[in-house]
Amino acid sequence: MRAIRPRTRPQSREHVVTIDTDSAPRILFSGENFVLEDLPVGTRVIYPKRPLTGIANPQAAIRYALNHPEQMEPLHALLRPGMKVTVAIDDISMPLPIMRTPDVRQLVLEIVCEMLADHGVDDVHLIIALALHRRMTDAEIKRMVGPKIWSEYWPDRLYNHDACDPDGMVVVGKTMHGELVELNRRAAESDLVIYVNMNFVPMNGGHKSMGVGLCGYESLKAHHTPKAIADSNSYMNPPDSAISHSMNRQGRVVEKAVKVFHIETVLNNRTFDGPLSFLMKNEDEFTEADRLKFQGMKWALDKLPFAARREIFMRTPAAYELIGCYAGSCEPTHEKTLAKSFEQYAVEVEGQADILITGIPYISPYNVNSKALNPLLVQVMALGYFYHMYRNKSLLREGGVLILTHPCSDKFDPVHHPSYIEFFNRLLPETRDAYTLEKKYQDEFAYNPSYVEMYRRGNAYHGAHPFYMWYWGQRGREKVSRVIVVGADNATVPELMGWETADSIAEAVAMARGTMGRSAQITMLHHPPIVISDVV
Amino acid sequence: MPSPHHKYKHSAAFYDVDGTLIRINIVHAFAFYAQRQPSLIESAKRTVLTAASVPIFWAADKLSRKWFNEIFYRGYEGASEDRLVTLAEELFEEVIEPNIYPRARDLIEESRRAGCRQVIVSGALDFTLRPLARYLEVDDLIANQLEFVDGYATGKLKKPFVAGATKAEIMRDYAHKHGLDLARSWAYSDSFSDYAMLAVVGHPTAVNPDLRLRSIARSYDWPVLDLDQAS
Repeated sequence: MRAIRPRTRPQSREHVVTIDTDSAPRILFSGENFVLEDLPVGTRVIYPKRPLTGIANPQAAIRYALNHPEQMEPLHALLRPGMKVTVAIDDISMPLPIMRTPDVRQLVLEIVCEMLADHGVDDVHLIIALALHRRMTDAEIKRMVGPKIWSEYWPDRLYNHDACDPDGMVVVGKTMHGELVELNRRAAESDLVIYVNMNFVPMNGGHKSMGVGLCGYESLKAHHTPKAIADSNSYMNPPDSAISHSMNRQGRVVEKAVKVFHIETVLNNRTFDGPLSFLMKNEDEFTEADRLKFQGMKWALDKLPFAARREIFMRTPAAYELIGCYAGSCEPTHEKTLAKSFEQYAVEVEGQADILITGIPYISPYNVNSKALNPLLVQVMALGYFYHMYRNKSLLREGGVLILTHPCSDKFDPVHHPSYIEFFNRLLPETRDAYTLEKKYQDEFAYNPSYVEMYRRGNAYHGAHPFYMWYWGQRGREKVSRVIVVGADNATVPELMGWETADSIAEAVAMARGTMGRSAQITMLHHPPIVISDVV
Repeated sequence: MPSPHHKYKHSAAFYDVDGTLIRINIVHAFAFYAQRQPSLIESAKRTVLTAASVPIFWAADKLSRKWFNEIFYRGYEGASEDRLVTLAEELFEEVIEPNIYPRARDLIEESRRAGCRQVIVSGALDFTLRPLARYLEVDDLIANQLEFVDGYATGKLKKPFVAGATKAEIMRDYAHKHGLDLARSWAYSDSFSDYAMLAVVGHPTAVNPDLRLRSIARSYDWPVLDLDQAS
């Protein structure tokens, strides 16, 4: 392994860099640390676009969106004194990592709540639309909504959605496909619901906001299935996503039952800035200072215990900025959101890869402030999210080999992920077949009273959640011939996943070439920040 | 709202009580009775004796639950059954009810909604737990029983003692009698001494566990519930 040296040779394309004989080694996330390794000559490295410039006055952009909505009257025109309004808010699963304060949701809420008060609307509840995710803690909610909203609404009028509350949920209908649509009762019985969305990747927002955020377990059965995932040619591209189609059908039923004013926000991809901004750069363009900073950080991370490393990363919020705010009725609003989102994330790539290399970072949507990225979440990041980070054709061709860097430690957060522990240790040794797991065990976990209690009053993900994590990797499992994990600290976890192990990327590439041939096209996805390959 | 599938209609949830559903233990109940003797002098004498015996109770419990039972329940010798039963209502109102963990009722409610039969299995005395069982609306109460002769306690427990491995045996018999599937049942306890009770079911759950049980739960991947933390 060589040290990173600055390089002056210009690249022909900014976002797709081809490794040459004098290229610098590449940095890959490997959990709460990094791997620095030379890649074979000819490897393509796909970088995210540079962050789009944030809107200088976010509050003005939000007000403009509320007053000039898509195919709907302005928000102020929908308000009447004495009406019942519910404001639903996206939860802590986005953005990743958490953003610096003020969170964009705080900015939106402060404007919306002020407008509601100005129009004599007092019956207002703010609900964290977390579906079957874990309840946010008081401190997390306070940080997200800001002190003003917190002091005015918490706890009676600002709270977490509870999908298992028998009195708090209501069935609002069925889709033409027979998909059940449950909704939070307070929202269903409101004169108006205002949804405050945080759009981090293109699979967020749109009908998913109401259709999933405020739904129950029986509704999720419509699309959180191995089949729906297998039928989704990238769930990051809604037109090609079977899950998205199902959510849209459910969302339309919701919109018939209750009037919803959607507010969608799009962030840029400034994940790292300040002293960590070098992580956003092409390694060939590193300055001496960048090189020293990285080596210093790597040295320190190598010396620190796991918990300390994790704490450092978790306490480093991202410098995301608002780049778009749209409001109004669901579909036209979301169309604009998606266009902006792809403008930031989509990078054109020519042709598929035979071997795809990607680093798995410390975070996923489901382990913010958790004790670890547990093995099931490593799996969902690899074969789920990162595999699906494409439009059109998959970046990794069918039958290709996926190489990951992650320690795959057998670590779980027992408070956030109790049912994951049982799923991993009891079910996976029996079968990895998602269809069998769904049929045989999903309801058992979903209605397990201990897990229901931990979801409703603790801070645990719902009992069925580990199944969804496994399903979300279904298409990846079906399409990828081999998964090789580099740097695993044990043999058990990769074996349970059905993965092979290697000590270095060089060894993993040699193993992959055994399947794909010496001339195999190798590509590395360089993230975070998020990058979506537009494969042509 | 679609109701749960009642997948667990042949299942039961077995609960330990002391430290699991309530903050206190049987010594509190014993002390309550000690303070309520017919005369002031007797009350003072019994209270002092109880306080002085606490280290002995503690040591006996650590060595053997059987020894503990033999020593501890001797303190009830001579007490009238009527008096113990009557005072049990007062014990519940004054001592037990204020010490029920905030989320204990919620847990039982979730379990009942899932279709499980609700059963308390405790080493405490049955008459002290009857008001609690009624309050929590559980289906059955399995607890230790004092032996009475002519309406007065002999200071001995009827066999089998509800403790340790016997709890598991009693649960097996109970499941057999009621056609329940233990592999699809739950057990909740706070203490390592209930390891057998937890191990005999398919879904053991450590509740507010002591250090030893917490460590076991981590090793065996049992869920850990902290009912003492308000939601």
